[in-house]
Amino acid sequence: MPETTQRPAAEAPVAETRKLKYGEAVNAALARLLAEVPDSLLYGEDVGKPGGVFGVTRGLRRRFGDRVFDTPISEAAILGSAVGAALMGARPIVEIMWADFSLVALDQLVNQAANARYVSRGAAPAPIVVRTQQGNAPGACAQHSQSLEALLLHVPGLRLAMPRTAQDAHDVLVAAVHADDPVIVVENRSLYFGDKAEVDLGGAPRPMGWSHLRRAGRDVTVVSWGAVAGQALAAAESLAARGVEAEVLELTWLNPVDMDAVLASAARTRRLAVVHEANVTGGFGAEIVARVAEAGIGLDAAPVRIGAPDVRIPAAPGLAAAVLPAAGPIAARIAAMTTA
Amino acid sequence: MDDTERRLADLHAMWRIRALEEKIRELRIGGEEIVGSVHLCIGQEAGPVGACTELGPDDALFATYRGHGWALARGVPAEGIIAECAGRATGVNGGRGGSAYFTAPEHGFHGENSIVGAGLPIAVGAALAGRFDGAGRVAMTVCGDGALNQGASHEALNMAAAFRLPVVFVCENNYWSELTPIDEMVGEPELWRRAAGYGMAGARVDGNDPDAVRAAVREAVERGRSGGGPTLLELMTQRLVGHYIGDVEQYRRPGELDRAREAEPIARLTGELEAAGVPAAAVEDARSRARAEIERAAAAALAAPLADPETAKDHVYA
Ligand SMILES: Cc1ncc(C[n+]2csc(CCOP(=O)(O)OP(=O)(O)O)c2C)c(N)n1
Repeated sequence: MPETTQRPAAEAPVAETRKLKYGEAVNAALARLLAEVPDSLLYGEDVGKPGGVFGVTRGLRRRFGDRVFDTPISEAAILGSAVGAALMGARPIVEIMWADFSLVALDQLVNQAANARYVSRGAAPAPIVVRTQQGNAPGACAQHSQSLEALLLHVPGLRLAMPRTAQDAHDVLVAAVHADDPVIVVENRSLYFGDKAEVDLGGAPRPMGWSHLRRAGRDVTVVSWGAVAGQALAAAESLAARGVEAEVLELTWLNPVDMDAVLASAARTRRLAVVHEANVTGGFGAEIVARVAEAGIGLDAAPVRIGAPDVRIPAAPGLAAAVLPAAGPIAARIAAMTTA
Repeated sequence: MDDTERRLADLHAMWRIRALEEKIRELRIGGEEIVGSVHLCIGQEAGPVGACTELGPDDALFATYRGHGWALARGVPAEGIIAECAGRATGVNGGRGGSAYFTAPEHGFHGENSIVGAGLPIAVGAALAGRFDGAGRVAMTVCGDGALNQGASHEALNMAAAFRLPVVFVCENNYWSELTPIDEMVGEPELWRRAAGYGMAGARVDGNDPDAVRAAVREAVERGRSGGGPTLLELMTQRLVGHYIGDVEQYRRPGELDRAREAEPIARLTGELEAAGVPAAAVEDARSRARAEIERAAAAALAAPLADPETAKDHVYA
């Protein structure tokens, strides 16, 4: 719990490139933000002294003192206090350890944080940043495996990003903390300990809403986000050997979402597949397909939504593998639509 | 049962849990039979052993992800538990639940829970149902010290007290919530004192003594059944292992684990029995029978087939 209230001076970001894992890039972004945003606070369960259950916030309390602290297991108090602190001008960055646990405190996100700016006609915004992580990893249980982005994306007023690379993990947080909206950053624990990559740590905050064209192709547009975008990309590579050139568009942000890029690509390839780890019904993939349809883009094949079937996620790895999207089945679905 | 027999029975029951947990740890660390996060209750065996003997077949028990010991003490077979952890078709939930979520209502074990604090309101509902179905049921819910800080816990405690429902709230205070100590996260570290604020009975109990737990639970169960409402019991105990298998436990305080090992329930009861002149063979028998049972259960569990991926989509709807 914080005991001092000294406000540090802002430090300019240092232009620097380092080779970092995804989790280390999150850590570097948080360090940078605590230094350059004097009103920022960082807190959550096990975030302070232990440095996070995934080690992502390691060293930050030592460096930034009481502005980094642990909380009780009280998700409503974590999110609600973030709203209150933000209303007073603080920049809280809070962690909900697993996205599944945000559900015990949805009121603070949906009824409180998302409303503050609107009902006050802009006078009392609540620019909080919520970091969480989601998705399945072998042996996770059913309450630690869900992909919940669509649930939150249904709420106007909340911004949401799902970075997949170390650079995006860094850039998304910087953009989020410098933005004036409540932003939810959904990481994926299967990414934290992956390979190192060059990360530019000094760049200026970018406007929210970017996407990446990860692979150019003429035959089909594949739109994906989060960890499973890696599977979509692998599927596209394997399809190239079969003569199918898939264009892979990775959405870093889902709200605001880079629809321009989606529409332009779909208009070019005239085929559309969306790939997400979440189950299909009511998923954000449905929104992408609907928006392409609404834009009047004629497609040469029926669009395809690829995700988990509408099922709970089972614990046994063999059962989970049977329901989660993977490169092989993704490639098969896309191949089928391109030859149709 | 005379006093010595009962204490030997307690020792055997605690050894069954210890042996189960050690076997599961071995399978998790040593190979590929068990993957993912597993939370052991080594050091906390006295709670389930003392409490479960006071529950009848119609009573409803709700545990947390650290619930293997509670399941075993409630009568769920070790084979089904190990098979569930190892993703076998014969697991208590056919591989769907896993270590942290198993459920065996046929044994009055109505589910572990991996959402901290979520079991408390559900237990209130189980007790509430008893008002209407005439089962005379007591609901018992187990949670950690940290769980009492989740909002749902407060709501459950209050509702149970307001309606004088027969719920026994068992808080296993092992001092740590994952990596953070309870005394830094509450203004009043004596958690049982909260009971008074809700208007219910409460007590702090030596959670490493199965008999002390039994006495406290018996009183709470009787209170519940006779219309006296809920009880909050704070069992003081320790986990001798990490929060999950693989936790490096850097957060432990100097000397903490040494003190915990001195106080842990199995060593303590063993020492007491020996000091009371109970034959070494009887004490050893309690241990070796438990180990043999768990070894047999593990062998049978691992001989069973993996859960069939073809069935992964079954049971979402009726
Ligand atoms: C609502 C919710 N918040 C956070 C978590 C993550 N989490 C899992 S176990 C745990 C610690 C719980 O500590 P305690 O209640 O004391 O029980 P113990 O593990 O010590 O048995 C936390 C924070 C969770 N599972 N659910």
